[in-house]
Amino acid sequence: MRLLVCIKQVPDMESRFKVNSSGDWYADADLAYRMNEYDEYAVEQAVLLREQLGAAADLTVLSMGPDRVVEAIKKALAMGCDRGVHIQDPLVHQKDPWQVASAIASFARDKKFDLIFTGMQSQDRGSAQVGVTVAELLEFACATTLVNFSYADGTITGKRELEGGVKGVVRLPLPALVTCQLGLNVPRYPTLPNIMKAKKKEITSLAVADLLKEEALAATTSFYPPVKKGGGVVLEGDPADLVVKLIDILKDKNLVRR
Amino acid sequence: MKALLVGEYREGKLLDSIYELLAFAGKLGAEPVVVLVGDAANVPRCDGSVYLADVATYGEYNPDLHKQLLLAVIHKEKPDYIVFSHSSYGWDLAPRVAARLKAAQVSEIMGLVEGGLEVGSCNGKMRRIVKPVTATAVFTIQAGAFAAQGEPQGSPTVLTLEIAGAGKVQFQGYEPVEAKDVDLAKADIIVSAGRGVGKKDNIPIIAALAKALGGELGASRPVVDAGWVNHSHQVGTTGQVVSPKLYMACGISGAIQHLAGMKKADFIVAINKDRDAPIGEVADVLIVADLLQFVPALTAKLR
Repeated sequence: MRLLVCIKQVPDMESRFKVNSSGDWYADADLAYRMNEYDEYAVEQAVLLREQLGAAADLTVLSMGPDRVVEAIKKALAMGCDRGVHIQDPLVHQKDPWQVASAIASFARDKKFDLIFTGMQSQDRGSAQVGVTVAELLEFACATTLVNFSYADGTITGKRELEGGVKGVVRLPLPALVTCQLGLNVPRYPTLPNIMKAKKKEITSLAVADLLKEEALAATTSFYPPVKKGGGVVLEGDPADLVVKLIDILKDKNLVRR
Repeated sequence: MKALLVGEYREGKLLDSIYELLAFAGKLGAEPVVVLVGDAANVPRCDGSVYLADVATYGEYNPDLHKQLLLAVIHKEKPDYIVFSHSSYGWDLAPRVAARLKAAQVSEIMGLVEGGLEVGSCNGKMRRIVKPVTATAVFTIQAGAFAAQGEPQGSPTVLTLEIAGAGKVQFQGYEPVEAKDVDLAKADIIVSAGRGVGKKDNIPIIAALAKALGGELGASRPVVDAGWVNHSHQVGTTGQVVSPKLYMACGISGAIQHLAGMKKADFIVAINKDRDAPIGEVADVLIVADLLQFVPALTAKLR
């Protein structure tokens, strides 16, 4: 069984974001990058299935972006993926979801993948489109937002997370693509021996221009921090002083006993 | 201009989000046409046309078949926009339709601005303006961003929608919410723990503050996913939606799904190391501090 997991590298969301010189995305400098959180669950689920299937399976991890995304690929290899594919694109942030999905589908089309895992969305762009669009382009069965996954006898059984804590149970035949929600599993930390082993795994580098022939369907025209709404008070300083200030405010609002 | 609005039907009921879609169409200045897989006893109160496919035939969740139903209506009505709620139904279905039409999709729209659509970015810390370059565009709108104005009224012309086909994904049914050991909806005071508490061992620090204030312990999603607190304490769209007198968010950055669950609280205090955290947008008081220092000191003072 041929498995693919698609991952994205994103900045740490605790970062302080600055707008880039063209005003359409964040400036690259001073950011610490990591694997998109949703994709960690996708990698973990793919690796769990890889372990369940044993020698009958082969698991590829794919990421698109500048050279730094190789770090995310290496982490996925250390978690248990067999081989890596890097679609080299220094300008990936200018591609819209349609183009990213088209490049991935173009890579995957003749590889006979049975099952593709992706995160349900990226933390930075949050479009929740790429996975589903890849499935449409490849004409795969697709279910999104899984919080539970199992595979047996050619059929996937998944639980989709719906609003208010309700779950929807679905079954999918292969070939299929599933998008993974937070909490699907407990992503493992790569161990040192596995990090060492991963160094020997193959990473194929492909140029985006060889895979992507599609124009963008949408453009980001600006990127900016939200306007702070008035009314909120920001308190900083010594914790002991802050405690006194907050208790005064809460007493004033009758929210604590005087 | 014409906007095709895709309603949702869940466990035998039409969801009220249809009225947010109608409000959004109003803001766009587009003529609304509704399409829904539901039943004749549950059509929205609005003017114009409602295309209705029978839920008994097409199911509440059957994305391949629902896509084909929508494509049939799109072929006939030729809308400029196709609009979904950004929900588990909408974000699952919208990209399938957009891909078939090769139309731009803009996800989780929170506002209409000059020159494009405003969406969130970087876990809500930033904003983006996105502009479709295709003649037809697919939109999903953020829950609550386009509130319905007044009581909905009108009686639409209902048109029966039928197609032949089958879907690849088989829906097996719903799994109900787990039993709750706390009803946060009834609490006057909620003190919630977020990822910023660092580890499970620190949860008692937050629980102690909740107790000192006479309130209940709440939690954000990552804390529940990590197994530090059980699901019945989760506040947000996939947990409980609460409106206490006082909500204290400890180490919660303020993802949109969490904000949607607590922003109606009367008074919100956030304790966070990051003064740019999105929780600051809804907080009445933002304490910029290390919660592991601040919270125990506050609890001690309250006792």
